[in-house]
Amino acid sequence: MTPRRRTGVFVIALAAMLAVAVALQVVRDRAFAFARVDQQVLYVSNAEVMRRAALSYDALLADVYWIRALQHYGGERQKAGHERHYDMLYPLLDLATTLDPRFTVGYRFGAIFLAEPKPGGAGRPDQAIALLEKGVAFNPNKWDYYHDIGFIYYWNLHNYEKAADWFARGGNLPGAPFWLRSYAAVMLTRGGDRQASRTMWTQIGQNEESDWLRKTARMRLAQLDALDQIDVLTRIVNEFAARTGQRAQSWEQIARAGALRGIPVDPAGVPYTLDPKTSAIGVATSSDLWPLPTEPAAAPELSGTTPPVPR
Amino acid sequence: MTTGVVRAIAVSVFRESVRDKVLYNLVFFAVLLIAVSYLLSQLTAGQDMKVIKDLGLAAMSLFGLFIAVFIGIGLVSKEVEKRSIYSLLAKPIGRQEFVVGKYLGLLLTLFVNLAIMAIAYYAVLGAVAWVDGAWFRPHWEAPAVDPMLLKAIAMIFLQLAIVVAIALFFSTFSSPMLAAALTFGLYVVGHFNADLKNFETVVDSKPVAYVARVLYYLLPNLAPLDVKSEVVHAVPVPATYLLLNTAYAVVYISVLVSAATFIFARRDFK
Repeated sequence: MTPRRRTGVFVIALAAMLAVAVALQVVRDRAFAFARVDQQVLYVSNAEVMRRAALSYDALLADVYWIRALQHYGGERQKAGHERHYDMLYPLLDLATTLDPRFTVGYRFGAIFLAEPKPGGAGRPDQAIALLEKGVAFNPNKWDYYHDIGFIYYWNLHNYEKAADWFARGGNLPGAPFWLRSYAAVMLTRGGDRQASRTMWTQIGQNEESDWLRKTARMRLAQLDALDQIDVLTRIVNEFAARTGQRAQSWEQIARAGALRGIPVDPAGVPYTLDPKTSAIGVATSSDLWPLPTEPAAAPELSGTTPPVPR
Repeated sequence: MTTGVVRAIAVSVFRESVRDKVLYNLVFFAVLLIAVSYLLSQLTAGQDMKVIKDLGLAAMSLFGLFIAVFIGIGLVSKEVEKRSIYSLLAKPIGRQEFVVGKYLGLLLTLFVNLAIMAIAYYAVLGAVAWVDGAWFRPHWEAPAVDPMLLKAIAMIFLQLAIVVAIALFFSTFSSPMLAAALTFGLYVVGHFNADLKNFETVVDSKPVAYVARVLYYLLPNLAPLDVKSEVVHAVPVPATYLLLNTAYAVVYISVLVSAATFIFARRDFK
């Protein structure tokens, strides 16, 4: 056998062995799928220790933890509602922002992921505020963090006084936009007003530099539209019940009675749900708008701004 | 000390490192950056430009560190081990010229290496910006192809120059393994210096705090030369700060190379 031929045979043998190894793995993974341990591990949870150990590579490690946080958040969101656990989200974001304290997006997006109610997010506005307050401590002149803390107090915690306080503090910083101070006034005078929410989300949608935040603002505005439409639909359902003396069992029944022209759909294009026992109306779990935000108890009736109900 | 001799030794060190395929790391660097920039846009929620910048600067620093340490420790000891030192010193080459030439040769290798990496880095940033359709987006803190990144690259070069001087210093009197361990050790310590300065906040003993303060000034202080994060986040880095760092590095390197020369001049190769 010539040396060239010998090399050829060797390469082929090597490729064949590699193929066998791959095949064995495929067989093993298919046969013993249960053996897989899907466990997220955080080897170093102390952010300060990690910052020291990173030497001059702290910014790069911050990026790694940021990507891990995104993967954790995205991975959990893909699971069924009751299986979602965002336990690692705050430690990962804490690590990312300790390693790179100027990581604005880490604080701001991270706070949104944390504050978002379950099952869409971690449902931990307290951790979101803690993360943003860390950002404020490092950079006290960054009005964006004050804005975000104010917004969490407003949107997630319905604490309008605290929201007003943070908006006012942010509004007084050099370079802060003029509308931030007006938020503070709106909080104190019309805290739970849906129109106030609409104004604020519109402002975010128009002023935010990030595509992701603009998309979030559009989604929130659609949710507010859905809430307005649900108010109108509730009125129609109640009128139907008063007129016929029985609860509506389905949208088709109301449509047949002439009160609706068809099955009403939410701004995402998914039909609204109607509970035949309680007449409660909501968005379907399959809708992009689910779950709708929790509104404060005394949201006043709005006139003139209600979008038409799609019939 | 003859400049011509020093230059000849420096060029021979550079040629040797090229022959040893040291610059192959550039291919890894380019492939790493291109592959990562391709993958990241899906993973980072709009932070791909920041991550590519961070990764590029960290890779430059890390690749440079390995070259500085692993070639630096062999600069003198390799010649001694191979016994080529006898034929070299038999020529009209002073021991000072030998040490300084070796140092400058490796510095030249690092400079060329870093310069090519910087060009590749800017090319990747430019390509990403071109594909993205914008040289600057409002949510970026700095433009994609930001000339300020050169400040960080210059400071990385200074850090590496100090590391090479440390490696050269240890290689004049210890084994390569020990020299590598000591160099890496000082590199790590060089990033913890701020703790030594403020040691009195940790211990009550005044003498210990005083010793720590002395060590702070004596040991190489590499952390202030790290401005990667500042540059990526568009935090201004004043020219005077860079000048002071440069002056510090030049003086510190002079001390180390002088000490290396002093030790090497007194070594007995019999």
